[in-house]
Amino acid sequence: MSNTYDPVEVTPLHAEEVARMQAEALAAIAAAKDLDELKQVRLAHAGDRSPIALANREIGALPPHARAEAGRRVGAARKAINEALAARQAELEAERDERVLREETVDVTLPWDRRPRGGRHPLTTLMERIVDAFVGMGYEVAEGPELEGEWFNFDALNIARDHPARSEHDTFFVGSPESGMVLRTQTSPVQIRALLERELPVYVVGPGKTFRTDELDATHTPVFHQIEGLAVDEGLTMAHLKGTLDRFAEVVFGKGIRTRFRPNYFPFTEPSAEMDLRCFVCRGDSARPGGAPCRTCKSEGWIEWGGCGMVNPRVLVACGVDPARYSGFAFGMGIERTLMFRHNAADMRDMVEGDVRFTLPFGMEV
Amino acid sequence: MRVPLSWVREYVDLPAVSTHEIADKLTAAGFKVEAIESVGHEIKNVVVGEVLAIEELTGFKKPIRYCQVEVGEAAPRGIICGAQNFVAGDRVPVALPGAVLPGPKPGELFEISSRKTYGRISDGMICSARELGVGDDHSGILVLPADTPIGADVVELLGLRDEVLEVEVTPDRGYALSIRGIARELAIAFDVPFRDPADIELPADTGGSYPAEIADPTACDRFVLRTVTGLDPKAPTPMWMQVRLTRAGMRPVSLAVDVTNYVMLELGQPLHAFDADKLQGTIVVRRAREGETLETLDHVTRKLDPEDILITDDSGPISLAGTMGGVSTEISDTSTNLVIEAAHFSATGIARTSRRHNLVSEASRRFERGVDRELPLYASWRAVQLLVTHGRATAQPGVTHVSHDVEPLTITIPVDYPGRVAGVPYDRETVVRCLEQVGCLVVPGRPEEGAKEASGARPADPALNTATVSGGALADKLSVIGDSTDLITVTPPSWRPDLTDPNDLVEEVIRLVGYDKLPSLLPPAPAGSGLTEAQRLRRRVGRALAAAGFVEVLSYPFISGKDLDNLQLEQDDDRRVTVRLANPLSEDEPFMRTTLLPGLFKTLVRNVGRGFADVALFECGSVFLPRPGAPETAPVLAVDRRPTAEELDRIESALPAQPLRVGAVLAGEIERSGWWGKGRQASWADAIEAARTVIREARVEPRVEAARTAPWHPGRCAALYVGDRLIGHAGELHPRVIEAYGLPRRTCALELELSALEELLSGPVDAPAVSSYPVATQDVALVVPADTPVAAVEAALREGAGELLESIRLFDVYTGAQVGEGKKSLAYTLRFRAPDRTLTVEETTAARDAAVAVAASRFGATLRGA
Repeated sequence: MSNTYDPVEVTPLHAEEVARMQAEALAAIAAAKDLDELKQVRLAHAGDRSPIALANREIGALPPHARAEAGRRVGAARKAINEALAARQAELEAERDERVLREETVDVTLPWDRRPRGGRHPLTTLMERIVDAFVGMGYEVAEGPELEGEWFNFDALNIARDHPARSEHDTFFVGSPESGMVLRTQTSPVQIRALLERELPVYVVGPGKTFRTDELDATHTPVFHQIEGLAVDEGLTMAHLKGTLDRFAEVVFGKGIRTRFRPNYFPFTEPSAEMDLRCFVCRGDSARPGGAPCRTCKSEGWIEWGGCGMVNPRVLVACGVDPARYSGFAFGMGIERTLMFRHNAADMRDMVEGDVRFTLPFGMEV
Repeated sequence: MRVPLSWVREYVDLPAVSTHEIADKLTAAGFKVEAIESVGHEIKNVVVGEVLAIEELTGFKKPIRYCQVEVGEAAPRGIICGAQNFVAGDRVPVALPGAVLPGPKPGELFEISSRKTYGRISDGMICSARELGVGDDHSGILVLPADTPIGADVVELLGLRDEVLEVEVTPDRGYALSIRGIARELAIAFDVPFRDPADIELPADTGGSYPAEIADPTACDRFVLRTVTGLDPKAPTPMWMQVRLTRAGMRPVSLAVDVTNYVMLELGQPLHAFDADKLQGTIVVRRAREGETLETLDHVTRKLDPEDILITDDSGPISLAGTMGGVSTEISDTSTNLVIEAAHFSATGIARTSRRHNLVSEASRRFERGVDRELPLYASWRAVQLLVTHGRATAQPGVTHVSHDVEPLTITIPVDYPGRVAGVPYDRETVVRCLEQVGCLVVPGRPEEGAKEASGARPADPALNTATVSGGALADKLSVIGDSTDLITVTPPSWRPDLTDPNDLVEEVIRLVGYDKLPSLLPPAPAGSGLTEAQRLRRRVGRALAAAGFVEVLSYPFISGKDLDNLQLEQDDDRRVTVRLANPLSEDEPFMRTTLLPGLFKTLVRNVGRGFADVALFECGSVFLPRPGAPETAPVLAVDRRPTAEELDRIESALPAQPLRVGAVLAGEIERSGWWGKGRQASWADAIEAARTVIREARVEPRVEAARTAPWHPGRCAALYVGDRLIGHAGELHPRVIEAYGLPRRTCALELELSALEELLSGPVDAPAVSSYPVATQDVALVVPADTPVAAVEAALREGAGELLESIRLFDVYTGAQVGEGKKSLAYTLRFRAPDRTLTVEETTAARDAAVAVAASRFGATLRGA
């Protein structure tokens, strides 16, 4: 039945008629003020029952020669209407979004400290930082008790009972002065424990609390912290000690820190040295002739950081290590002093009293 | 040690460098210069004057003199003076108008001007010693010798201008507690000649002096006495000597005392002067006998210990050897005949005596650090000469010299050993030169046949090293000879008793070459294994608590007896068993803590007092728990070998247990009030949750049970367990504890044993298999008796629900009329999921019913509304 058709040309498919439908649709789209109106316009001008949709259906009724042209004409109109709809839709959505987001604006400067976070004590985190530096160099962390046997704290470290160095320690005695037990005056007994408990070679650091009978003031506290270092191996030299401490100083205080090694005396090291740092405040100027006095270094130009030296062979013997085969170095630094230098903390009492205002700014790590 | 440089310059020609450079050299050699004091430079315009006439003024509250003083000007000056100790014709220091004197406080200056006083014009000031900055004497005018030239500059004349170095001398270097020692070090440092002040020609030996003997050679191995007679007790100490003593920090007293001090400072040999007329019979050096006493110069009568070293005569003890003299033979301002003692005492012996009597003197400080054994003959003769010269005394011929020989010590080392320790080679010449510079005798090879080889451990006096060494055995252990053949044998000088071991020699070489010349090398990195799991746990716990709002504190571990009461501890509470310190800082807090809480409470109160009412604090630290039946003393073991395991056990068993704990305390708002509305007060629940947080860091899940223990509120205290192991407690504090410490109401706290958690640490977390099938959710509301612990109900539900249960969450707790008296309703959301399929409604319902069934059978739980 392909040759049966309506001999009368359908009116809606006239060119003028299609153009009118398109114009009306575009005008309605442009006039839609919001997305709801646009929805109505879409139904009316592009929906199933819209004039252009109805016109489309009539194409089949045309004679074959007229169908192609009518199809092109209607298709172009529908495309124009749909494009206009999509453009208007995007335009109206953008307008709506902008309005809604504007309405939702808040004051982002409002505080929200409902659950403030705490902080760790800078002495703890400074010890961790130092420990990490040494762990990075292959060291392990050794430990020992704070209430220690006198033998560990003194005798094994070559500090005999009547040695003048022992009375300089201002020791807390436990029970009675003859109990053989003390609050450790230094972290050095950790050296002895490490040598007795570990296989050689030994490379350890031992951070911890130490005790001396000083009254609390700006630069002294009876309970303080040290970090001990000990390396015992074949062929270790004083040059290795110096290299290790230079690196240590650099890790803690940054590149460019100037250090000085000067002879000192500790019974448990021989030769012994003191590690000094260039004064952070006057940079050594106060010690030059005519320099302005410096309170930080007492015009010495240097500040004492800690003691060190080659492990006294007597200490090795007391731990059963053969000094003819093994040598080693040891060092001990005060953490409070290090904190003072590194963070410009002026008063040790602040580290002791537990005022949250002191600790909080240090956060989780120093 | 205070070192006037003018004194040092007598024995060493220092180059023309600044005082700072001299100080730097000393510091680099191991003698840290702590301060440089420039003295006398401020004084000017003080001249010598002669008092021509004295007019005594009357009518004033005190005697006042108006003096005519000739100062070498056109006319004498009239000067008012309040002192009475001078007469016409005396030469005195006169500060002319415009003169500047040191003020009463260091650094202050005091200017003299012409002024009207006591009705006259005073045209200057006649000075006392103290006004010139020399000593403390302000009792009268400083009267100068009669031949002092008038008009001379007093500063020049008395040598008031000087540089004084404050030198820190380490305890091993007794020799440096003298001008002699410091001068020697400076001579080495500047490589210039040293003139030894002890290099004095002694008179030919003409027999003995005052009789003496040594009864105990372990107490004293050399004892020297010399006698002077006819000393003028009024003879003043020469000004230059007074000035030096003052500059060195000692107070001039009288000629006899000043001379002994002067020689001690100069040579390092402590001396003692007895009044010869008060001595009775032979002097004997011995140990004290039971019951003996001695009144020392400080007027303390001391009960002597049988170990004390004494100087005695027929009357008994007359001096605490090397420490302090006795009153009975003390020289007085009428003494004319003196016996001068110079001895070499046991360093250990003097150290013990000094410690036992809590008596530290200039003499004991030197003896316990080691004094040159060869000094007594020379130092005593130097003192006699000074007394003869300045006190018009007569030196009696002869000297008493009792001595017990001490075998000289030698140390043999390979010549390359110092370089091996330093890490940089030193040639033979350098090693030998350094050792010779400090006074050692160095010969190549081993010690001669027959001579005792001792490469360590001085036998006579081990005080400077460990006391329990056992001679040759230790020396062998310390030997570094090995199979080396290029050896040197070193005999240290008499003034260096600290040089006993190979490494002592090494230090001398390295320090003289210069510590600054040491290279800086990193050793090859060892194969470390990082932090242990326990060490990591401690860090995690600290971070977790800080993240949860807690601030870390490090409080002192000392507590008081009152703390134990304030904590409301029962009488038999373990925490009342404490370690006591023999010498606590404060008698109020003599105990070591058995709990972290008192320190935390006090720190919290301090913060609240400073205006911080909302505080959460934590601390990680040791507590000290005596072990029942532990020995009261820990042995002090030998040090010449490794202790046995049994010996070490004896120390460990005496030490208290020192577990590591974590404690926390919280008060005020844990969630702050603000513009958003009201905050929330910290409660028992926050404390328990913090405890859970800590325990979970060990990757274990705590079990919580109600507990009643001090210092917590009996109805708001949780015990936390892992398995059967009690880890600690948490909750709200007992109101009486809160009151006793002045804490804010409803303060909460927790305390957990970190050491226990370290032991329970489980291994790495097993990664869960994550199912992508959908979740099925079921809510149940159970009615149970009101006193049923929620934790137990949840455990029952978990048990009953079986493996399909993914999670369980309590979303409501209700008590009230709808569930009836004595009951509560617990509403839970149960989430189910299978790893391999989508669950059916039947499956999840069955699982839920099984869960409820277990709760029902265990607690009589019923479904609400059922």
